[in-house]
Amino acid sequence: MAGLELHGVRKAFKGVQVLDGVDLTVAPREFIAFLGPSGSGKSTLLRIIAGLETADDGEVILEGRRIDTLPPGDRGVAMVFQHYALYPHMSVRENMAFGLKNARVPKPEIDGLIEDAARVLEINELLDRKPGQLSGGQRQRVAIGRAIVKKPKLFLLDEPLSNLDAALRLRTRVELAQLRQRVDAGVIMVTHDQAEAMTLADRIVVFNDRRIQQVAPPMEIYSRPANTFVARFVGSPAMTIIPGKLQNGSGHAAVRLGDGALIETAISRDGLPPGERIEIGLRPESVRVTRDGDVATTTAKVVLVERLGERSLVYAQLKDGTEITAEDSGLSTARSGDEIGLKIDGAAAHLFGADGTGYHRQDA
Amino acid sequence: MRAAARRWDGLLFVAPFLLLYCTILIYPLLKGIWLSLHRVDLFGQGTLVGFDNYARLIGDPTFGQSLINTFLVTLMVVPVLTVLALALALALNRATRDAAIFRGIFFSSSVLSVTIVTLIFRFILAPDAGLLGEIWQGLGWEPLPFLSHPDLTLPALAITTIWWSLGLPMMLFLAGLQQIPEDMYEAAALDNAGKWTTFWRVTLPSIRRTLILVVMLQTAAQLQMFGQAQLLTAGGPSGASRTTVLFLFEVAFGRWELGYASAAAEILFLIILGVTLTQYWLTGRDRESGR
Repeated sequence: MAGLELHGVRKAFKGVQVLDGVDLTVAPREFIAFLGPSGSGKSTLLRIIAGLETADDGEVILEGRRIDTLPPGDRGVAMVFQHYALYPHMSVRENMAFGLKNARVPKPEIDGLIEDAARVLEINELLDRKPGQLSGGQRQRVAIGRAIVKKPKLFLLDEPLSNLDAALRLRTRVELAQLRQRVDAGVIMVTHDQAEAMTLADRIVVFNDRRIQQVAPPMEIYSRPANTFVARFVGSPAMTIIPGKLQNGSGHAAVRLGDGALIETAISRDGLPPGERIEIGLRPESVRVTRDGDVATTTAKVVLVERLGERSLVYAQLKDGTEITAEDSGLSTARSGDEIGLKIDGAAAHLFGADGTGYHRQDA
Repeated sequence: MRAAARRWDGLLFVAPFLLLYCTILIYPLLKGIWLSLHRVDLFGQGTLVGFDNYARLIGDPTFGQSLINTFLVTLMVVPVLTVLALALALALNRATRDAAIFRGIFFSSSVLSVTIVTLIFRFILAPDAGLLGEIWQGLGWEPLPFLSHPDLTLPALAITTIWWSLGLPMMLFLAGLQQIPEDMYEAAALDNAGKWTTFWRVTLPSIRRTLILVVMLQTAAQLQMFGQAQLLTAGGPSGASRTTVLFLFEVAFGRWELGYASAAAEILFLIILGVTLTQYWLTGRDRESGR
């Protein structure tokens, strides 16, 4: 039996469509990340699952039971809010007990559940404090604790790390990953941070423009993006996507760029759309700045160099003006205005048809 | 030397406020105390009588009755007003156009002067030809003599006051309610909280400070009730609706006993101070642990 199923979920706010026919099946105990830019509908979908918004159309089914007609409290889901939404006038213990009391769980059982959760989250010391006396990271733990004690079938996390500072965010990310092993429930996390999605999720659901763009494990999202949106959105810095001309021939596809350079890909010629117009996608790590003795695929003029320490990112322009992002060693000597040679690893290239659909090498 | 100069510079900045504060607050306060210790009329110097005025007040049944009336009417007004204002605020706390219109309507009574308000309520409460009388008669009952029966004049004052004063507490509650973040209600919904549980456990604790403020402001205001009592019933019949401020008005500007009236004013001042401080203390004790 599937954990969560969404069938044809639609939602419009005042005539503006935010979700347009979303279908998704999540396995029990799966960790799913909803990734997408602001306004892509990912938060709305989370709120529809939680029952905080009603879908205009479609069904939400959790462990075989249709839940979109039920009030939020009866759905068997627990949510961790972006701003935690702890009750400021209640102690940590009362915050965690509130939902259980409302569900008429006996007092001794409530105490046991809170003790367990507090031990796991290391917040035993804080149980009698008010949220106002806690730091951001502690509040985050309490918010998670409040969700855990309810023993939900599904956890919903709305941008759970966005309010933490960088150092705490990394630590909490690791803790979330560990926590995830301990709870017997699925997790859906909304985020716009691809690093969070990549590191935590079993599968990533990429949203854009009212629809799901791709559902796949993190590495597949990275190495086999379904379309140009996913290709550009996931990966930092973004993949360079350049228009080119597909060359005749059989076997692997070869693409000629606007500046005349020829790139031999490892993608089978069969299965590509007809016509010679195609776009080629290159991640920065497959475009290297050449050293003495290297054979350059093409040459470019440096626009900007970003030195990240262990590597440098070189933003450059090909002869026909096309912008391309390349990688160089941390000790790169390239400076803006320089002419450089670029060695493009054609085997790592991706191709995109006129409709944006991605084509990748078989084994990637 | 330089430090002293700096202090005087600072004083210059607050001087306008201090001047105003002293002229319209501190001076009258001290003058009132001074007057209360004298036998004095509007003309000429008074003679110092010590605490004679206070001693007379304690034995004055009219003053005693006025204090009882004042407490009774305050007890009638404050709880009802608070509950009504909160109920209205809860009902109108939404971003629709209708809600905005009704907020305006309910607030509008507050901008009327007490003269207009009492005039309106004369038309409503008068047993013959009053609105309430008509309704009562329409139902086949005898109209109630709100403005002439000793047991009904204080309720009449209370009704008038509640209608007149509803706007401000309603607005204060609305402001308080709008401070509650929406996700708190969403968390409560996911926590299986019903409407009542949400109200008692989330909404009410969140506007606790506003609630305390409203009760304290209204208590202090109603203990000083004057205009309604003077204009609607003139304190009658036979002092049944004479409030303390009406009493001291009559003493000061009817009998010209400024010293005696000032002593009554000082006592009322101490009572109001005592009541509001007690309320503050009662409701503020657990503030340390709260947020």
